[in-house]
Parts: sequence; C-alpha cells; structure tokens
Amino acid sequence: MTEKIGVYICHCGSNIAGTVDCPEVSRWAAEALKARGVVVARDYKFMCSSLGQELIEKDIKELGLTRVVVGACSPHLHEPTFRGACGRAGLNPYLCEMVSLREQVSWVHTDKAAATAKAKAVVSGGVERVIHHEPLESLRVPIHPATLIVGGGIAGIQAALEIADSGTPVYLVEREPSIGGHMAQFDKTFPTLDCSACILTPKMVTVGAHPNITMLTYAEVTNVDGFVGNFAVTIRQKPRYVKADLCNGCAVCEEKCPKKVVDEVFEAGLGYRKVIYRPFAQAVPKYPVIDRENCTFFLKGTCKACEKFCPTGAIDFEQKEEIITIQVGNIILATGFDLFDARRIPQFGLGRLPNVFSSLEFERLCNAAGPTNGRVVMRDGVTTPRAVGIVHCVGSRDKHYNNYCSSICCMQSLKFAHLVEERTGATVYNFYIDMRTPAKGYDEFYQRLLEEGVIFIRGRVAEVTDVPQRPEEEGRLVVQVEDTLIGQQRRIPLDMVILSAGLEPRHDAKQVAKMFGISCSADGWYIEKHPKLDPIATMTEGIYIAGVAQGPKDIPASVAQGAAAAARVMGRIQQKEIALEPVRASIDETRCSGCRICNNMCPFNAILYHADKAVSEVNPALCQGCGTCVAACPAGAISGTVFSDQQVLSQLEGLLLRNLQPATV
Amino acid sequence: MTEVFEPVIIGFTCNWCSYRAADLAGIGRMKYPPNIRLIRLMCSGRLDPTFVLKALASGADGVMISGCHPGECHYLEQNYKAMRRYHLLKRMLTQMGVEPGRVKLVWASAAEGARLASEITKMVEEVRALGPLNWPTAGAAAALPEKPAALEVPA
Repeated sequence: MTEKIGVYICHCGSNIAGTVDCPEVSRWAAEALKARGVVVARDYKFMCSSLGQELIEKDIKELGLTRVVVGACSPHLHEPTFRGACGRAGLNPYLCEMVSLREQVSWVHTDKAAATAKAKAVVSGGVERVIHHEPLESLRVPIHPATLIVGGGIAGIQAALEIADSGTPVYLVEREPSIGGHMAQFDKTFPTLDCSACILTPKMVTVGAHPNITMLTYAEVTNVDGFVGNFAVTIRQKPRYVKADLCNGCAVCEEKCPKKVVDEVFEAGLGYRKVIYRPFAQAVPKYPVIDRENCTFFLKGTCKACEKFCPTGAIDFEQKEEIITIQVGNIILATGFDLFDARRIPQFGLGRLPNVFSSLEFERLCNAAGPTNGRVVMRDGVTTPRAVGIVHCVGSRDKHYNNYCSSICCMQSLKFAHLVEERTGATVYNFYIDMRTPAKGYDEFYQRLLEEGVIFIRGRVAEVTDVPQRPEEEGRLVVQVEDTLIGQQRRIPLDMVILSAGLEPRHDAKQVAKMFGISCSADGWYIEKHPKLDPIATMTEGIYIAGVAQGPKDIPASVAQGAAAAARVMGRIQQKEIALEPVRASIDETRCSGCRICNNMCPFNAILYHADKAVSEVNPALCQGCGTCVAACPAGAISGTVFSDQQVLSQLEGLLLRNLQPATV
Repeated sequence: MTEVFEPVIIGFTCNWCSYRAADLAGIGRMKYPPNIRLIRLMCSGRLDPTFVLKALASGADGVMISGCHPGECHYLEQNYKAMRRYHLLKRMLTQMGVEPGRVKLVWASAAEGARLASEITKMVEEVRALGPLNWPTAGAAAALPEKPAALEVPA
C-alpha cells in the first residue's frame, strides 16, 4: 500500500530560497517522487508561520495525507512545530519527517545549482524514510516532587528558596562547610555598593530555617542514576567531626583551638583560620568542621582542646563519612566558578611581588570581617598605599589564556577604584581595554568614578615590575603600559596593584558534567540547550543549570537564572508527569538467542536478562533510545523506533537517488 | 575537457553533537562542498557497520562517521562502541579492496561547527583524489538478504 505523502519546501524568506530553487525542488518532488507516493508538493515563504502550518493541516484533512515531509530549517528548531501541525489535523505527529535545507544546504553552499540538486536528494531521502515511519505515542513518566540543587551559592540559594516556597522539598548540596559561595567573600557589590554579606545572609538564614529545604553541606554528589522525574542520587557526607544535633554554634572550640593554618579557600590565602573552623562568622549551617589533614589530634594523637572546651560534648573524632541516597525528579546545577590563577601570567608578578593582589585577595582585604578588618593596606599589613593600580582583563579576552570576556571585571575594577579612594585617599589608576558597563546603574557608576578623579588609562599592561628605571620608581611597583589614547608607553610608579582576574569554570566541571550526563563547551562552561532561548536547560531532560556555571555573569543575572531554573522545575512538578520522546529500542523475543551481548552495551542498565526464558528485554522507562544495542544485536532481534534499520537504509537510498525511475534524475 | 569528478559522500551524524555541529556551521555560514549528504542518528553507537557497506554499495564514494568526542557522548559511552566497530570495519574494508581513505571517523562536539566544515572539505578532496568507487556489483549487492522467519528454540 502506497502512502500519501505531502512535501513542503520552505523558502524561509531568502534564507533557503536565496540559494536553493525552492519552487523547482517542490515541482521536482511532485513529479519525480510521484511513484513513491508524493501526492502534493508545495513551497511557501515561511512554513513555520500559522499560514504555513495551515497548508499542511488542510492537505492532511482534504487529501487524506498519511505522511508529511517538511524541508526547512533544522529539526532541532521546528520539528515540534510541524509535528504539532500534523497532530492538530489528526495525523500522528511521528508520521512527519523534517529535513534540513537551511543549516545543512543553503547556508553552507554557494553553488546554486549544486545546492538545489542536493536539496532534491535530501528531500528524496526524507520521503523514502517517512514511508517507514510508524505512529507512536509519547511516553509519559511521573515526576518525583523533590528537587536536588547542587551548589549553595547565590544562584543555588535563589532556586532553592523559590522551589521550597512553592511547597515541594529541596535538597541543597554544597561541598564547602557553609552555603554562600563566592558572594560571601565579597565586601561590597556593584553598582549599589550594598554590603554583600548584608544582602546574602538573610537569604542564607532563610534557607537554613526553611522547612522544605534539606541542606547537605560539606557533602558532594558521587553518583547519579535514573532519568528525568526519577533520579537516584548518591551523596557523600564528609565527616565534620562535630555532631550537628548537639552543637549550639557557640564557637568556643574555634577560639580555643591552638593551631592556625592559612585559609586558602575563604580568605583566598590572605588570612588564617583555625583547624576547627566555620568559614565565616555568618556560616549557615553554624556547625564548624575539623580540617582533618591539619588537626593535631589526627596527626599526632594529642590536643583535643575543642573536645575539652565544648560545653555540649558535640565533638566526635570517631565520626565517619556517610553515604546518603536520595530520590529526586529534577536537578539544578549551580556550581559557580573558580578565579583565573593570575600567577599563570608571570609578568604581572602575583605571588612574586608582595604588593600585587588578586581580585579575591583584595575583596578579603576590603571586607570588614577580613584579615585587616577592612583596612586597605599593603602586604605588610600596616602601610597605606598612596597610589594603586587596577588591571582589567587579567586572563580574559586573551587568546593565550581565556578568549572570552568575564563580564564582571570592569564593574568590579570600578568598585575597587571607589573603595580604594574612599578608604585611603590614594591616587587610583584603572588600566582597561574597553569599559563594559551594560546593566542598570552600571554606566552611571562609571561616570561617578570619572567624577571621583580616578585616572583611566586605556591599554594592556605589559608588565608589573619592581625594577626601577628612574629615581621616583625606587622601592615601588611600576606598571608599564601603552596608553593607546595618547599613543605612548608609560611607566607608572605605584604602591599596590590589583589584578582583576577573570572567571573560569570549576577545575572539576568536566567530571561533574559527565556525572550528571551533560556536556561542557570548549571553554569549560556547562552547555545550555539554546544559548538565546533556553539558557537554563540542558540537552538532558531533568538537568538544569544556573549562575556562573553556565557562563560569566553578575549577581542579578545569577539570581535571575536561579529563579528561571526553579520556575522550569516547578512547572514540571506541577504537571506531575512529562512526555518523553518515544525513541526506544525493543527486543523481539522470538529472534533473541540470549547471547547477552546487548546487556553490557547499555550504559543505562535498561536491558534485563530473563534467565528462565533465556531472552533479554528492554525496559522502556530506562531506555534512552541511543540505538547502540540495535546495531549490536547479531540476530537483528532488536529494533529501534524512529531510527529503525529500514528507516535509515531507506533514507540512504533516497539520498543517493536510487529510488527514482532511471529517466527522471 | 574532462569533467571534474564530484564524489558523493554520506555522513552519519549523531543528534546531540555532530548534527548540531553541522547546524552550527550553517548558522555561522561556514562553507563546505555540497558533495556530502547527512543522515541523522540519535547516537554514533547506532551506526551499524552494514549502513556503511550499504552506502558504499549503493553509489557513495565515501562515508564520514561523526559523533561526540570520547568521554562526551550524550549516552555516556556509546561512541566508544562506535569507535571499536569503526576500527574493525576499516580492516574489513581494506581486505575487500576499498581504500581506507573512503571511510573516516571524525569526532565533533556541538561547538565545533568550523572544525566539522573543514573536515568535510578535506575529506571531499581526499575522496576526489581517490576517484569513483565503482563498487563492482552495485545494485545487486545493495539489497540486504531477507530476515529469516523466527526459528523455534528447542526446549
């Protein structure tokens, strides 16, 4: 029985029609593919428009079409659109096939004749394939109402609060002992110069007290199984050596601990912490953590000062790590960033010249709770600088390090300039390339700094050195820079240099991505489903991303993305189930010989073996439809929907135009 | 004047990475020769080596197989299976007298549109230099044998 196939060629304005002769392709399809079942072929300016879709719907109803082929843009854009049109007209949506004539033909080829010929072949392939399509129904799977959020920075906190407020449970996993992320390290935030901790800590406290949020701090995800609506996540709760149910947060243990170590994490290496510590005073949760690697008891068996002084007996040196498994329906990854290590640029002197500071070090210097109680002083902890230089774009916009712009460093550098002036009265120089101040209040902030007398020098800093060339440079740092606006090299003597280092993906972002089944881009940020229209979803259903983990951005944008991811998750939870693409494999028992080659092929453990019948079976709920088992089965017992052998091989025939009567090529 | 030989190459791409890389090449208006025609699979692991043989037997002069980079497969590890099949297939093809340059495996992530475009351009020229395949029994070999009816498994 021949199918009745409708072929629709989109012009996409001039995007396709400018290179491919669309009316010709349509005419050819109606004629050359008539024997294959094409009963109508049309071309239209914009098939995705409502008028375009109505053409398809009308033909289905009036001509009784049983198959539809649309030649247009990429199926990743409009496959749902055309499937929807078919569905509305009463044709099963999976009996529609879309072929790309734009991204893969008109936009990549210049020879019009060759492009038109290829377009015909591509349409022919689509027609041959669609003949073998079967009507399918989406799989509906239930959504577990709990949500996992990985990362307790501002994006994760925002997402957690929004979802928890809507009434469903949230697990917030954070690898540091406290939530808060990088925002807790900052002093003031641009452009309002709000105190960072003052705006962050109320949210942190709300998270800590929220009845719907289970915080798992000092914990890490180690394994993820399952699929959207139904994830089983294994979490390793590292031992704090403090019993949370007994600890009252009095911090006497921290006070009495005799050993100090450099705090490389929260204080950015600029200050110290005790071995039993909370990362900062407003830590949520308030329970401290013993740094086992540096603890005198764990190293030598002595001390135990914390245990002696603890009023509630909360110290427990015997505490073991715990492995927890949770069931969730959706996961949001808000794992943040690492700062670019400016020591990779030796000519800037970080780590070698004492009065060169990284941006995070400077934040801690400015912070009232930091190692200098907020006094802006040089590395000796005493001297106030008289001249300070701030270098923009350190490690960013640089093909030797990271080619991208880190988005926040211009505003951060302006903020630093203001804080230095305000606290020291020093002369401040900002060495910039461009001034990137796009959001609300940002450019006004820049204008304010111009009025405050900060000196802006446009040029890339060549080096920061302590080798003097002139008497006024003795004993000081010198920044050598090309001042491009006056076209001259300048050497500026300074007391302190701050490097606005760029943002980088976390050092383990790739491993984390792999664990959750998503990917990272070439720069290392998590890849979003669509960079313009869907920045918080990923290619993996049920896994969402938010905050700087998706790409450099400021706090308002991180908050917005956290809220956006939360909204998406809440939508799914509210729907209670989700429709999955019915791309699945299934095993014909009568052909299966029980060789079990397929069982180990499946990374989702979706293929079970029935020992009693000596056959294998695919679990459609776990099967993700990759088709590897279909290709592997030596007996050809496994078939895959939507990408069956017959469909692929027929498409091949069509692409090579072997389906035509000899005379009509 | 002799006509320039225009090879026909069939490209098998995976839905998540390489097909999106081809889309990205289009969005970036990167140009490559029209000699390649792409078939979308969900995963490079879906590629049955029979598809490659059928393509060559049906008139293609070359086949490009493309998928996510090892370690980045959307389905976790299926591209490793594609890689294993590819190496065995290449050996078999060489024994059958098909030049190894006709079948190529190229990993391309969704961000590598430019790279895919340049790999395609390179392969078209390489296959052009090899000349037409002229699979000897094209047509007869193209039809796969009918699958046998199910056999009773003795108890």
